[in-house]
Amino acid sequence: MGIPIYAGRLERTWYYTYRVICGLIFFFLITPIVVIVPLSFNAEPYFTFTREMLTLDPAGFSLRWYQEFLNSEQWMEGIKNTFIIAIASTFLATSLGTIAALGLSKPYMPYKNAIMALLISPMVVPLIISAAGMYFFYSSIGLSSTYPGIILAHTALGTPFVIITVTATLVGFDQTLVRASANLGADPTTTFFKVIMPLIAPGVISGALFAFITSVDEIVIVYFIAGPDQTTVPLKMFSGIREEISPTILAVASILVGLSIILLTTLELIRRRNERLRGIVPQ
Amino acid sequence: MAQHESATPAADDVMRAADGKPLKDSLRRSMRRAKTKALLLVAPLGLFILFSFALPIADMVKRSFYSPEIQNVLPETAELLGDWDGDGLPPEQIYATFAKELAQADENRNVGVVSQRVNYVMPGARSLFSGTARKLGNVDSGPYKPAMIEIDEDWGDPEVWSILKREAYPITMAYYLSAVDLRYNAAGEIEAVASYMQIYQKLFWRTLWMSVLITVMTILLGFPVSYLLANLPVRTSNLLMILVLLPFWTSLLVRTSSWIVILQSEGVLNDVLVTFGIFSNDNRPQMIYNKIGTIVGMTHILLPFMILPLYSVMKGIPPSYLRAARSLGANPVVAFVRVYVPQTIPGIGAGSILVFILSIGYYITPALIGGSSGQLISNFIAYHMQQSLNWHLAAALGSILLFVVLGLYYIYNKLVGADALKLG
Repeated sequence: MGIPIYAGRLERTWYYTYRVICGLIFFFLITPIVVIVPLSFNAEPYFTFTREMLTLDPAGFSLRWYQEFLNSEQWMEGIKNTFIIAIASTFLATSLGTIAALGLSKPYMPYKNAIMALLISPMVVPLIISAAGMYFFYSSIGLSSTYPGIILAHTALGTPFVIITVTATLVGFDQTLVRASANLGADPTTTFFKVIMPLIAPGVISGALFAFITSVDEIVIVYFIAGPDQTTVPLKMFSGIREEISPTILAVASILVGLSIILLTTLELIRRRNERLRGIVPQ
Repeated sequence: MAQHESATPAADDVMRAADGKPLKDSLRRSMRRAKTKALLLVAPLGLFILFSFALPIADMVKRSFYSPEIQNVLPETAELLGDWDGDGLPPEQIYATFAKELAQADENRNVGVVSQRVNYVMPGARSLFSGTARKLGNVDSGPYKPAMIEIDEDWGDPEVWSILKREAYPITMAYYLSAVDLRYNAAGEIEAVASYMQIYQKLFWRTLWMSVLITVMTILLGFPVSYLLANLPVRTSNLLMILVLLPFWTSLLVRTSSWIVILQSEGVLNDVLVTFGIFSNDNRPQMIYNKIGTIVGMTHILLPFMILPLYSVMKGIPPSYLRAARSLGANPVVAFVRVYVPQTIPGIGAGSILVFILSIGYYITPALIGGSSGQLISNFIAYHMQQSLNWHLAAALGSILLFVVLGLYYIYNKLVGADALKLG
């Protein structure tokens, strides 16, 4: 969107002012993410740039907080728990969500809107309310402070994402392919894995990534229903920030930023591949 | 042959399928089969969500008005009180049953459960109950009425008994009343609590205006950026989109802790401001652990939720409309305000409801950087769940919040549709 040649001086000024405003907003968006990465290499236990860091003196930088993180049994335990819970709940959310999305995309689905609203609701209801409900209910059936309890809760939180992404892919899905496959003698299972799955894979994978990051990042429910044995990385960070914030947290935060960059790139690659397959090539 | 017959109209004038059955029936049957099949696919997840999510929430809502403690500990007394007309003092039978069950409760050490419940309405009930329960050990035979009045003259007060009658009934609105700073007085009328105890109405208002403010902030910041992204060449806008998506994908705790790093009094922003001489070193402004911290942190966290729907709406607005308005003589501002902005209303609406719903129930950011003045309603729900252990009040506050959010979700559904939520 260039400036039209007929633009007056005022319009030109506004054009550049507008760009500066947008630049500032982008700066506001990205600075908090960027600023913690160099600070996590701070040699001193401070949260601000030391003189050595600003002059790029190597003495101002160190890996000691990363070392502390890697040598800490508690953090490693947290990582293990986070991944156990995230992988199990992603698997459950993806399988349940994909099957349900197939059902929701059938043309004769009765009560479609009501069912959809119910299935999406875990994403809409504030986490504190879900946490409150689960805190009372899960403890009454013996599920609080257990892995299955947290996995159930995180699965419920992850499924809306899978439903949304998979139904979106199914919008362009040609139902005659299923009939063709049945016609050629494939049973429903074969049809699902050989015909449907490869076509909706991008939606399934991005849904799974969303479910995964939701579980990895989730803190409110874990805070209320996890026992001491289920401490996850976010929970450890949360209590760390509340009690005394140490630069180890910044090291963990930088690693998490790295993780989100990896996930974001994966999603972007899937999206591009998807567009290429559908014949929409970005200019 | 069946096939041959179906080609010619049958005697009863009904269209028939190949197998000779009426076509309508066949269609209905196959429709029913298709519906059942679709439902069966959705059933596993539906049941899962019902069990792991909907049931716990229903349980919480039930807890907000159902409080059977007195009935559980003093079952016969509760039943007798239910039948009693509540006029004057109850008959000896109720005194006797109450004395027997209270002594029993004292042995089981759960007098506290009963007295705590009554204590909400009648301060001092705790000592009345525990004292009476202890002294009842010395009374082994009736009549109990004079004996109990002897122990504490409050038992001769008709008001105490009418409170007990009301509280013994398991369904109560008392927790909803305390969630909005009201209470039942001893006579059973609804009245405001003492002004120094009024916190929740203020808290609801604060949650409301802060959510509105955050929503407005995200519109103000999100609109220019979305417009830029929607109108740049795809390659550039994809690159800039990373600046929106990366924060969106980054852990909430990472973003919250980096705001601590930036805003705290020895933090990056204050250092910059001091270096440039805007503030003196001993006069660093407090920008975190108060309302400002909560507003800045939450605006940053929720901004992508405004930009993404707004961007997808703006992407669909043809640029020719704006050019047409210009060529018809509108100046740039008029063209933009009267032609472009109205077309973005669906995006602003969707984004606003999304941001508002998310911010009204936000817990983590206010808890970490809100200090005491930046706490929202959800922080008090957590407080009553973990510290004060008044679970019924937590449930009542949660239910009020839940109804507000569900109402907004319903509107959102009507406006945009739940499946229209765009991700990434």
